[in-house]
Amino acid sequence: MKNGVGAVQNIVLFGGTSEIGQAVLRKIVQPGIAHLVLVSRDIDTAETMSDDFTEKFEDISIHHVRYDAQSSATMCPIVDDICAEIGDLDIVVIAQGLLQENRDYYSDPMALVPVANVNFTSTMVLMYAVAAKMKKQGYGKIVLLSSVAGERVRKGNPVYGATKAGIDGFALALDHELAGSGASVLVVRPGFVTTKMTQGMKKAPFSTDAESVANVVSRGITADKKVVWAPGILQWMFLVLKNLPLAIWRRLPL
Amino acid sequence: MSMQLLSGWGRTAWTAANVIDSTDPLMIRDAVMNSGDSGVISRGMGRSYGAAAQNAGGTVVVMNAHDDVKGPDILLDSKTGVLDVAASVSLDAILRISVPRGWFIPVTPGTRFVTVGGSIASDVHGKNHHKDGSFGQHVLSMTVLLSSGETVVLTPQDSPAWFWATVGGMGLTGIVLRASIAMLRIESSRVRVETERLPNFDSVIEAMSSDGQDDLYRYSVCWVDLLATGSSLGRGVLTRGDHASSAEVKGDEPCAYDPRLHVSAPAWVPNGLLNKWSIRAFNEAWYRKAPAKRHVGIESIPAFFHPLDGISRWNRLYGKQGFIQYQFIVPLAQTDVLRKVIETFSQAGVASFLAVLKRMGPSNLAPMSFPTEGWTLTLDMAAGIKGLPELLSRVDSMVLDAGGRHYLAKDSHLSPSAVRRGYPRLEEWMATRQEMDPLGTWRSDLARRLLLVPTRRIK
Repeated sequence: MKNGVGAVQNIVLFGGTSEIGQAVLRKIVQPGIAHLVLVSRDIDTAETMSDDFTEKFEDISIHHVRYDAQSSATMCPIVDDICAEIGDLDIVVIAQGLLQENRDYYSDPMALVPVANVNFTSTMVLMYAVAAKMKKQGYGKIVLLSSVAGERVRKGNPVYGATKAGIDGFALALDHELAGSGASVLVVRPGFVTTKMTQGMKKAPFSTDAESVANVVSRGITADKKVVWAPGILQWMFLVLKNLPLAIWRRLPL
Repeated sequence: MSMQLLSGWGRTAWTAANVIDSTDPLMIRDAVMNSGDSGVISRGMGRSYGAAAQNAGGTVVVMNAHDDVKGPDILLDSKTGVLDVAASVSLDAILRISVPRGWFIPVTPGTRFVTVGGSIASDVHGKNHHKDGSFGQHVLSMTVLLSSGETVVLTPQDSPAWFWATVGGMGLTGIVLRASIAMLRIESSRVRVETERLPNFDSVIEAMSSDGQDDLYRYSVCWVDLLATGSSLGRGVLTRGDHASSAEVKGDEPCAYDPRLHVSAPAWVPNGLLNKWSIRAFNEAWYRKAPAKRHVGIESIPAFFHPLDGISRWNRLYGKQGFIQYQFIVPLAQTDVLRKVIETFSQAGVASFLAVLKRMGPSNLAPMSFPTEGWTLTLDMAAGIKGLPELLSRVDSMVLDAGGRHYLAKDSHLSPSAVRRGYPRLEEWMATRQEMDPLGTWRSDLARRLLLVPTRRIK
């Protein structure tokens, strides 16, 4: 159950080793926490990352679940298992994502399938599975890590951008469908975040770090926002970028 | 039946439920019998601050007679003062009928906009707790709908376990449909009130202790300035009194009673309106307004008992973020802890629109009734204050370590372990509850958070 001061008892993170996901947990896991579930491909890494929660919160029990984020067929049974184990889903953070920068999709088009699965297909299945539970619960919040890359898909990595554009649109519409049910979705649109996912990449303007994204997310949950940007200025930047005529957009050094 | 988002009076932690708005026992029984896995809770006027009267994903039976009180709903025997009343009737409606006939409700909380059912479920207390105890002690009998669909009449003599489990039971033993209450005889609709200003925490404690003549007054409560620091820490305005005799009241209608709502809070208020600075200014003015020397005056019932009822929907003053109430009690000897709690809130700059201190009398027989002999402090604060969960968790530990506990009707943040430490008779109550509700029908968001009911597993 959520309480009156914005703390919740049960939190699930999909993409349990995601740095942004972990940073978000460090913000939203507060006194009152009962169950924390980390769903990840690499349980060992997720375990070392979650150790300090055990020390900090005496009433916490941490659960680790192994999964393959590409496999959309496993999403529903995983959600069922988690509910059977911990009860209600208070906050579900979805941080699973695949970037695959600099991949030559021309020589191997099929290489885009995992990206589409993890970022889009599986995530949609997962969000419906979670939303179905939350509707019955009468409350609950899904936090979706989207990206500004979906705001206007650019050359360079159109696959990633297109999956983010798709999931972002889906999440907004899902939240609309859930209106009045007590359940809701928060769409998080970070810009360039310096993490292991973006290691070695050239930093984009207004780059940020996982902790700053987590601050924005935590405030967004408290204020019951629909969309948050990290950093906030990107909202205004993309308002401009999105509406640039194609001729100008194509000339930008992005 | 309709899907609605509900919250407590503090306007936090909204959840959706199927709402059935009815005072008809047959319709209520029907709703209870046809409820799903997420169960049912009853709700009166929605004045408990936290999540006591909401039930996410389940059914909420709203039993609020509003102004539609029919003749048989309130039956007052003017000779004996026994009130036979439907649970959906508010104390406001009762007072309008009883005061002109010379009877007063034996216990009233700070608002008269609560139903009889809610008053029993929360076992509410008032300024007279040190003399008269809490609401449940004045209930002679009650008719309760069980989850089996059966209706039972409970009295403290014939069914003490079930009766006292329902008093303070937060609606989790059954739905109170009707109650019979012993009213208090009064000669007038006025209250003789003594007001005095007390410059610091020690003087407040001294004046309110039993040897400080507190026991001479039926009603006693102290407003505390939580933002005062240093030598003024814990300063307050103490008001004590009793019902005035007919001789003390001018005019030929000593029992005339005309409560009015003065103003309404605007529908939208920015989040930061009530802040450290605005409340500090208010507190200073409130303290200065009180007479420096003890002063005796005659006040009306609404002015003395229900000052906040003058502003309808005052709960909106904290803005969209909502607010929480924090009410705890510590044993009489633990005044140091009380001071430390006040210091902690004062240092954290927590601005409380209303903070009141009261010395409570002995507890009653109900396992989940809040009052015990000790000091109870009540304060409210904006729900959006940064670091509030950590701050409250720290204060919770101080209170529990001192042998204290928290009031569930106000609660919006406690942990399952905190309520178990605070209420040593919880297991006993859970066993009685199980007996009364073997199907596990009664559920609320509060009960879910505190693990008073089995964990729900949605398929």
